[in-house]
Amino acid sequence: MDLQAIAFYLLAAVTVISGLLVITARNPVHSVLFLIMAFFTAAVLFVMLGAEFLAMLLIVVYVGAVAVLFLFVVMMLDVDFTQLREGFARYLPIGMVVGGVLSVEMVMVAITVASNGAAGKNAGPAAPVADLPNAEAIGRVLYTDYIYFFQAAGLVLLVAMIGAIVLTLRHRPGVRRQNIGDQVARTPASGMKIVQIQSGEGLSE
Amino acid sequence: MTIGLTHYLAVAAILFTIGVLGIFVNRKNVIVILMSIELILLAVNINLVAFSVYLHDVVGQIFAMFVLTVAAAEAAVGLAILVTFFRNRGDIAVDDASMMKG
Amino acid sequence: MEPIVTTLVFAPLVGALIAGLFGRRIGDLASQSVTTGLLLLTCGLSWMTFYQVIWGAWAGHATFTLAPFIQIGHFISNWSIRIDTMSAVMLVVVSSVSALVHIYSWGYMAEDPSRPRFFAYLSLFTFAMLMLVTAADFMQLFFGWEGVGLASYLLIGFWFKKPSASAAAIKAFVVNRVGDFGFALGIMTVFWMFGTIQFAELFPLIAAKAGTQWTFIGQSWSAIDLACGLLFIGAMGKSAQFFLHTWLPDAMEGPTPVSALIHAATMVTAGVYMVCLLSPMFEYAPVTKQIVTLIGAITALFAATVGLAQNDIKRVIAYSTCSQLGYMFFAAGVGAYQAAMFHLFTHAFFKALLFLGAGSVIHGMHHEQDMRKMGGLWKYLPVTYAVMVIGTLAITGFGIPGVELGFAGFYSKDAIIESAWAASGKNGIASFAFVVGLLAAGLTAFYSWRLAFMTFHGTAKWDSAHADAHGHDDHAHDASHGHDDHAHDDHGHAHTPHESPLVMLVPLLALAVGAIGAGYAFVENFVGEHRNEFWRGAIFNAPTNHVLEHAHHAPEWVVMAPLVVSMTGLAVAIYVYLMNEGMGLRVASRGGPLHTFFYNKWFFDELYEATFVRATRFLGDVFWKIGDQKIIDGFGPDGVAAVSASVGRRFSKAQSGYVYHYAFVMLLGVAGLLSYALWAWAH
Repeated sequence: MDLQAIAFYLLAAVTVISGLLVITARNPVHSVLFLIMAFFTAAVLFVMLGAEFLAMLLIVVYVGAVAVLFLFVVMMLDVDFTQLREGFARYLPIGMVVGGVLSVEMVMVAITVASNGAAGKNAGPAAPVADLPNAEAIGRVLYTDYIYFFQAAGLVLLVAMIGAIVLTLRHRPGVRRQNIGDQVARTPASGMKIVQIQSGEGLSE
Repeated sequence: MTIGLTHYLAVAAILFTIGVLGIFVNRKNVIVILMSIELILLAVNINLVAFSVYLHDVVGQIFAMFVLTVAAAEAAVGLAILVTFFRNRGDIAVDDASMMKG
Repeated sequence: MEPIVTTLVFAPLVGALIAGLFGRRIGDLASQSVTTGLLLLTCGLSWMTFYQVIWGAWAGHATFTLAPFIQIGHFISNWSIRIDTMSAVMLVVVSSVSALVHIYSWGYMAEDPSRPRFFAYLSLFTFAMLMLVTAADFMQLFFGWEGVGLASYLLIGFWFKKPSASAAAIKAFVVNRVGDFGFALGIMTVFWMFGTIQFAELFPLIAAKAGTQWTFIGQSWSAIDLACGLLFIGAMGKSAQFFLHTWLPDAMEGPTPVSALIHAATMVTAGVYMVCLLSPMFEYAPVTKQIVTLIGAITALFAATVGLAQNDIKRVIAYSTCSQLGYMFFAAGVGAYQAAMFHLFTHAFFKALLFLGAGSVIHGMHHEQDMRKMGGLWKYLPVTYAVMVIGTLAITGFGIPGVELGFAGFYSKDAIIESAWAASGKNGIASFAFVVGLLAAGLTAFYSWRLAFMTFHGTAKWDSAHADAHGHDDHAHDASHGHDDHAHDDHGHAHTPHESPLVMLVPLLALAVGAIGAGYAFVENFVGEHRNEFWRGAIFNAPTNHVLEHAHHAPEWVVMAPLVVSMTGLAVAIYVYLMNEGMGLRVASRGGPLHTFFYNKWFFDELYEATFVRATRFLGDVFWKIGDQKIIDGFGPDGVAAVSASVGRRFSKAQSGYVYHYAFVMLLGVAGLLSYALWAWAH
């Protein structure tokens, strides 16, 4: 049993267990934290596979942005923990059965594909080429063949941002804001009034 | 034994199943549903990357990147919806959301 | 000749269309004038045709084909106008009575709001009747037959807002329909046997097939008897013979001019006309002829017995018509078709006269129809009285035998009775008919004079003491007074009866002339010595048929008998109604079994109601409520709709509204598909 195998099994176990804990944790904050752990271990698995750029991407985007977002929302919503576990046990048996069947089937497919498919014919994973790091390999393809998809992904993100703002923005009443348009449209006639004052008398309405 | 493609695929399969289970097993927490979706997407990503490495084709990783992008966008919008849902109802129990009942 | 006969047949149709379609636009007076004017034209042309055909320059019979009607294989029928003595006689009768009725209606219907419709219907009827009498084949005859039935329905139900009138119209139509069914079957039998329905082609073929038998429902029938029997059923319906007579009294719901035109002179005689027209066929159908005689005789007696117990003036005359039609039929049945047609001819005059006179009485009495509320009217309605007496003399056959001088009915009725006697040597039923004919003649005299005496003589029962009980007797016909509401503004105080206006009296006088002289003028032509030149083959007598000749040599007692019995009837009527006034009322109110039986029309309506009507209604209900509503609707539209609604409701329960349920189902689907894919992959 070489180091690679031990590392793999360990990481795989942690990933699976944290996944399970995500859905079974009582406290939603704990769920988010276990999600973060799952992402981390998955990233390490990616590193083992030789896709280190993607692993970093996983950590920066998923953990750094998405999971933190989850945490913000969970903390913002004032949820009552005690109610949250009812009904859980009722569907667990059938869920386990169906889930078990599904996972077994998928594993069988995986075995078959891996042994008979194109991937199995190759000697093994691609050896990392020393002078071509993973990032550069991705970059060579991304900005040339897949430039349109790249731009489209940007658009998707833009739309998602706008959508999130639209859904959640609400103006508090009573908060004053600047209205630039009104300010710029003011004319001297409506903005100013010239009054003749006697010296020493001051202004009265 | 040497770690081959099968192992990675198996891990992905199990994670996927866990994610799907998470959607319908829990009744009371909408956030867990969103997190289960993230787990599913993670499993898909593992699959993509594993195949990419074993097929010596970097396109799989590019695709995994796009999946990542979309997952982030979807998480953002989904959470925004969740916030609105919570604002309208006062709690996040899925059990009560049966207005589409036939 | 063709333009003249075409004009005279279609002029009433033009009048009907103008008055019917444009009556509201051109106004009442214009509608009446157009229709009446065209009818007078038709009348004049008819008389001209009659004269020319019999004696004049057009001597001879002709058929003018106007247009094809139906041509399917051998079944060929054309719109045509057949002019021979039979149709010429009928043209004269129909157009004269119709023209006089049109004129009369100017006065009788003067206060009615729907006059254009009335005159349009009258003209429509006249057109249909003319098509009937000038038909050269069975289809046009049937067309005219149905057309007069339709016009009769429309006219009986003219005051359609009165429920009894609508019901009577439907009754008339439905009973006629029963007859028409037989008629249609008869036409089909004729076509099946001879391959043609045109009279000119048909009549020569009959002698050859005289004895053929036909097997039907396992029985062997004489084919011509069967055909003639079925055709006679049609005649029974149209002419209100026994069994299919129930519609005629109810038809009195229509206005009196309608009763005069349709139910006295023309439509009801269509049956007689048909039998005489088809004399070539009937002469070879001995069994059917006996049936005709039997039914005719029974009808004559039956109607006379019922008529003498009725109190409504129009109903008495209606039953009188029914009875006289029975006479005509049994004359035809014994083979004296010419006598039947002669009686038809004279009867048209005096029966129309009696009806129009009764209408005059009703009009003068402000729509009172119950004779028990009349009396002493001869002072107030002198002209009406005079013409009614003339009509009564005509119908009772008053005349002096030896001198051969008498009113119209004297000649025609005696001809019939003598023929019945002449035929009774060979024919048991004919002797039955002879006896019945004499008996019915006596009863005819009795009830006719009863009508005259109750109406015109005796004490006046219409003064103030009875005015408040205005026409409400126990009969169902009290509703017939409801039609003329606007004339009833003088309740509660006596209104003296008044004579009718001149426009109503002139037709009465014209018909009176006919009632007096029509018999004397035409007896030789119809049944007498000149009959062969007159008919010229339009009526066919089989070589063995010598009834009319024997009738002329009847012994003295046979010739005197009708006069004797009608005198007896007159004497009894004088005794009961003039000398012992009130006796009739006492007998009636005692309500003995005979009186009840006659008064209730031998309970025929009740019998038919209990059997046919109830059975049909039950059958209709079964088909409607169970067949249509429960079964067809239940399995069809309603059932399918209910099933789809309930199934849909059950399926919609699968939509729980919970997203996780849907996700779970999707998961199950994925698992299942994957299993199937694996299994398929492995094999």
